[in-house]
Amino acid sequence: MSGCLAVWRKELVVYFSTPIFYLTGTFFLLLGGYFFFSNVAYYNLLSFQASQNPYLASQLNALQMVFRPLFGTLAVVFLFMVPLVTMRLFAEEKRAGTAELLFTYPLTDWGVILGKFLAALLIYGVLLAITLIYALLMAWITTLDWGQIFTGYLGLFLLGAAFLALGIFSSTLTENQIIAAVISFGLLLLFWVIGWYEELGPSGWQGFFKYISLMSHFETFSRGIIDTRDLLYYFIFIYFFLFLTKRQLESRRWRG
Amino acid sequence: MIEIQDLTKYYGPTLAIWRLNFEIADGEIVGFLGPNAAGKTTTLKILAGYMPPTSGTATINGYDCLTQPLEVRRSLGYLPENVPLYRDLEVSQFLSFAAQAKGVDSRKQKIEIDRVLADCGLENVRHTLISSLSKGYRQRLGLAQALLNRPPLLILDEPTIGLDPTQIVEIRQLIKELAGEHTVFLSSHILPEVSQLCQRVIIINRGQIVASDTPANLTRELGESSRLAMVIKGSEDKIVATLKALSGIKGVTARGNGYYLLEVEKGQELRPTLARQVVQAGWELLELKAQEFTLEDVFLNLVTEESEAEDKAA
Repeated sequence: MSGCLAVWRKELVVYFSTPIFYLTGTFFLLLGGYFFFSNVAYYNLLSFQASQNPYLASQLNALQMVFRPLFGTLAVVFLFMVPLVTMRLFAEEKRAGTAELLFTYPLTDWGVILGKFLAALLIYGVLLAITLIYALLMAWITTLDWGQIFTGYLGLFLLGAAFLALGIFSSTLTENQIIAAVISFGLLLLFWVIGWYEELGPSGWQGFFKYISLMSHFETFSRGIIDTRDLLYYFIFIYFFLFLTKRQLESRRWRG
Repeated sequence: MIEIQDLTKYYGPTLAIWRLNFEIADGEIVGFLGPNAAGKTTTLKILAGYMPPTSGTATINGYDCLTQPLEVRRSLGYLPENVPLYRDLEVSQFLSFAAQAKGVDSRKQKIEIDRVLADCGLENVRHTLISSLSKGYRQRLGLAQALLNRPPLLILDEPTIGLDPTQIVEIRQLIKELAGEHTVFLSSHILPEVSQLCQRVIIINRGQIVASDTPANLTRELGESSRLAMVIKGSEDKIVATLKALSGIKGVTARGNGYYLLEVEKGQELRPTLARQVVQAGWELLELKAQEFTLEDVFLNLVTEESEAEDKAA
């Protein structure tokens, strides 16, 4: 674990001194703001209609109408954004040759991997935290169930962490950042959609496809439910890909 | 400090180094000399624990480079070939990362960074972005990061390549100053550099060690014969024939424009005889001087002897 802190700090300095973080952050917040605005506008429209329709009025719920769809769309935006955040982490070290410095300093592989992972996670967490402004704005005009909001955010945080773990693994496979981004984007999309056609899969496997899908586990969180099975799924997913990253780094030693 | 036994490395089917054996004692400055692609960088990468050998062992301070990489890296300052650095960081940011990574005590970090900045003459670029540094500064920064935490062993891969003459002199001076405190193992293909800096030279060619001795001994060994250079005006064929016929002359090479190189048996003073001979034959003697063997000759000699022997074997 030694060196985790050093690598973490270095990665953060690089993130905050290069444009990629500011660019992805800007577009993420721009898109998030747009989706939030349109959800609220739609909610607003329905509220007017509800003034004539008592049944509709009883169904209206700011969480269900604004935040559930917002969490879903933010998750999709992250799907596009995370490969851009992680593509640099190992690919650039290899391309620039700094891997030779990094791996001749007295650092363990886990120290390096966790340092990079936690730095990317902090970046992600910061961007996610900024979107809490939406919830504060809504709380200003209506009453919100904060428990449900935070459950949704917990889900988004875990989902993003899983994305990042996969992205970091992709970054070890190549020394070209674009290729790393393409690999992680492709894999993420696959893990996203794999549960869609569960009933069409080979018999006995339907449940499996549904289970490994990133999306199906996220849905429970966005409904405001914390299920230990979903927590476990994300922890296993993150550990699995960080473990693959470690194996990939180690392969340098026996492959030569 | 360093012990290498039967170290062999293949890249796929290509042989890089073949059964290297050598030792480096504490406090020595050893030069690792060889033409490009001789296997210098490969050996250094294995020593730094960056790459595994195909077979054989390398140990530093008693720690195996393959199985105890952390212990090895703690006692090592490594300057890789081409000096890779984090271009997006400032000099001081990079050094504080390197200091942390090398486990410098956080209270001593600032002092340690200031020390290497001063030693390498980097104080005035402390807050410059690495991507905008000149080649010379980058080389010095590479050396600075290797010096952090005062490692007992410095492994420097081509420390002066790509520098201008003044910078080369500065870096050499710096390495000389380091000698007291560290064991230094540096690779180079610049021969005068090695003969100036190093107490011992290991010459490697095509992945095998061809010589290992002090620069002085190496030049003396080759000096079984000495050389004379002459410039004579006259018919070339006749001159070569006449000079070859003299006793004590092992070989004559005509280099054109009346320039001749003579190999003479050691310990014989042939210059008066030669001068007389030339004048008697009616040619004009323009120049006659003795030549010392340099490390360069040793090197060329060893490297070409090797390939000639191999050609014959083939």
